[in-house]
Amino acid sequence: MASEAHAHGHGETLALREQFDTAYQQRDASTLGMWIFLITEVMFFGGMFAAYTIYRSAYPTVFAIASASLNVTIGAINTCVLLLSSFTMVMAVRAGQLGQRKLIIFFLILTLFFGCIFLGVKAYEWTEKYEEHHMPGQAAFHLEGTDLQGPAKLFFSLYFAMTGLHAMHMVVGVGILTFLILETRKGRYSTEYYTPVDISGLYWHFVDVVWIFLFPLLYLIDRHLPK
Amino acid sequence: MSTQVLQERQHYLNNGYSLKSWLLTKDHKRIAVLYFITISIFFAIGGAFASMIRAELITPAGDLVSSETYNKLFTMHGVIMVFFFLIPSVPATMGNFFLPIMIGARDLAFPRINLLSWYLLIAGGAFAFFAMFAGGVDTGWTFYTPYSTTYSNTYVIATALGIFVAGFSSILTGLNFIVTVHRMRAPGMTWFRMPLFVWANYATGVIQVLGTPVIAVTLVLVFCERVFHIGIFDPALGGDPVLFQHLFWFYSHPAVYIMVLPAMGVISELVSTFARKPVFGYPFVAFASVGIAVIGFLVWGHHLFVSGQSVYAGLVFSFLSYFVAIPSAIKVFNWTATLYKGSISYATPMLYAFGFIGLFTIGGLTGLFVAALGLDVHVTDTYFVIAHFHYVMVGGTVMAYLGGVHYWWPKMTGRMYPEGWAKLSALFVFAGFNLTFFPQFILGYLGMPRRYHAYPPEFQVLHVASTAGATILAIGYIMPAIYLAWSLRYGEVAGANPWSASGLEWQTPSPPPTHNFEEIPIVTQEAYDYSHVKREEIEVG
Repeated sequence: MASEAHAHGHGETLALREQFDTAYQQRDASTLGMWIFLITEVMFFGGMFAAYTIYRSAYPTVFAIASASLNVTIGAINTCVLLLSSFTMVMAVRAGQLGQRKLIIFFLILTLFFGCIFLGVKAYEWTEKYEEHHMPGQAAFHLEGTDLQGPAKLFFSLYFAMTGLHAMHMVVGVGILTFLILETRKGRYSTEYYTPVDISGLYWHFVDVVWIFLFPLLYLIDRHLPK
Repeated sequence: MSTQVLQERQHYLNNGYSLKSWLLTKDHKRIAVLYFITISIFFAIGGAFASMIRAELITPAGDLVSSETYNKLFTMHGVIMVFFFLIPSVPATMGNFFLPIMIGARDLAFPRINLLSWYLLIAGGAFAFFAMFAGGVDTGWTFYTPYSTTYSNTYVIATALGIFVAGFSSILTGLNFIVTVHRMRAPGMTWFRMPLFVWANYATGVIQVLGTPVIAVTLVLVFCERVFHIGIFDPALGGDPVLFQHLFWFYSHPAVYIMVLPAMGVISELVSTFARKPVFGYPFVAFASVGIAVIGFLVWGHHLFVSGQSVYAGLVFSFLSYFVAIPSAIKVFNWTATLYKGSISYATPMLYAFGFIGLFTIGGLTGLFVAALGLDVHVTDTYFVIAHFHYVMVGGTVMAYLGGVHYWWPKMTGRMYPEGWAKLSALFVFAGFNLTFFPQFILGYLGMPRRYHAYPPEFQVLHVASTAGATILAIGYIMPAIYLAWSLRYGEVAGANPWSASGLEWQTPSPPPTHNFEEIPIVTQEAYDYSHVKREEIEVG
């Protein structure tokens, strides 16, 4: 099997594994597998969202005050960066469908670029929190405007846990993108076989969607309360 | 099919003998064997901890081990048995081996992910072993906060990491099964022609995929709490320890169904084969599996009746816990109805199936006792609860596991096990099990709390009975370990279909070729159709 594929060079891009009958069945299985994996991710983040829901309803005012200390402008810019990266990811998948390898690489690099910008901005925000003594675990932790420092710490614990978990997924995504770029350069993908690009796109969009929930839930709470 | 071909025929076992051909295999059958060896070792270790617990409890005074050691013993017994034996037990071994064959596929959809899942179990096990040898962990397998996050000085983090990693092994197995059932069925293998074992493993996959990530994130939070003191479960910062119990049981109650649903699938196969009748009410049994998977997610609050949870929530959880008993009862009734006017043979797997039906019924009915709001207050955290879930987990799952191992042994190894020894061991297991755990119902009802290593002298008779039973049970478990190993070399050579069973796995040679079938079968009949299965050479029972 392997030697046959090497002889063709092109045949390798098909890469039909022995347990499948057709390329369609293989692509279909991979896509379904990725969707199910994303369901597990929803449940994984779900535990943290449940904790968030409970503590926000227990301490609405403290959460609003703590939320107001986050930098909405930077958060909004980062949201746009991430949405842009999702757009370039879609374009990479489209280039995959059309079998245009140079375009796949171009759009994957753009996606990678936006992803890294997002992570850089995030790192800047975390440093800022550290300098403002808003990191739980800091002896000097203090949030202005409330006596309830415990629940304030809870908000920032959730903030760091949720954005941290999200960022970890971004880092994994950056790794996947790098892998895809290298594989595309080797000529692995074509119109017949671009499944890895396709399902990595699903993953990237999922991580993007998580942020779409995190941004309002963490940054914009005080906007719901009467001033 | 004849035996003379057996010598030169290529099958999955003689397809390479090197260590590499096993450790890097992508063949679901070989991976199943790897799992089988691994979890047998875990079972032996978990059993050793249980023996030490039972030995301590012979006398009322806490004299054999210190209370600290005792806490570690029951914790590690629970952790090993639940996360490293019961959860992978049936799906990762028999499910892995037979699910693809039963639906006429050459392999699972993702063979490499299947191998990865085994390595994840090994990695998780390595963390747990590290914790065990470095000094153990004493929180109980439930890791309740704030004890686990603030006060315990034992290896909580290493153990939690082990469970976290092993959890991903379970997720990947479930994911693989779901995709395989959806996308890899042979031509003609419709959903309602699938064996009920496949339905059960499919439903289990759904729970694994939806539930396990929640325990994973819960353990991440426990980790953060212990290391960074983030306060999620710490009342001093406004956090709530009961939130941990909710998150933990949101997974760990459905996890009970991860352990028992595949076992029920095994029983459906056994009852049908050895009664030589189709399972009565096939669609009801199939949907009962799915029903248990769905409703099982809505009952977790019955573990929190004494936690200060609102009474109204308690009422709803109590009602739903009664409700989830219905699909389980449907299965028991349908198996019984299958036996009616069946042509029953009493081979060892069937003895285990009978054991399962009886013991699971007791375990299930006592589950209703503890799901009742009032009675639960009396028996919470007593030996009654211990006895209840051991009837389900050991009397249910382990019985079905052993039944399945005996049933499929000729297919997996190409050899028969010694029938006489096997029947004797089934008898030991059944008698030993009941003597071990029935006295615990009485102990618990009289007020013996769980997790105590010293107790009032009036409880001694029942504790001694329980320990005596555990000894018999241990003999019942050691016997198969010996005669099954013996049979690998000296057992009678098995034909393709020694039980005259109807499933696709019996239509291919024993042991199966690497790609399972010489030719992918085209399925034209319902599951459990015995009309054209002729009685085979070996008659048992």
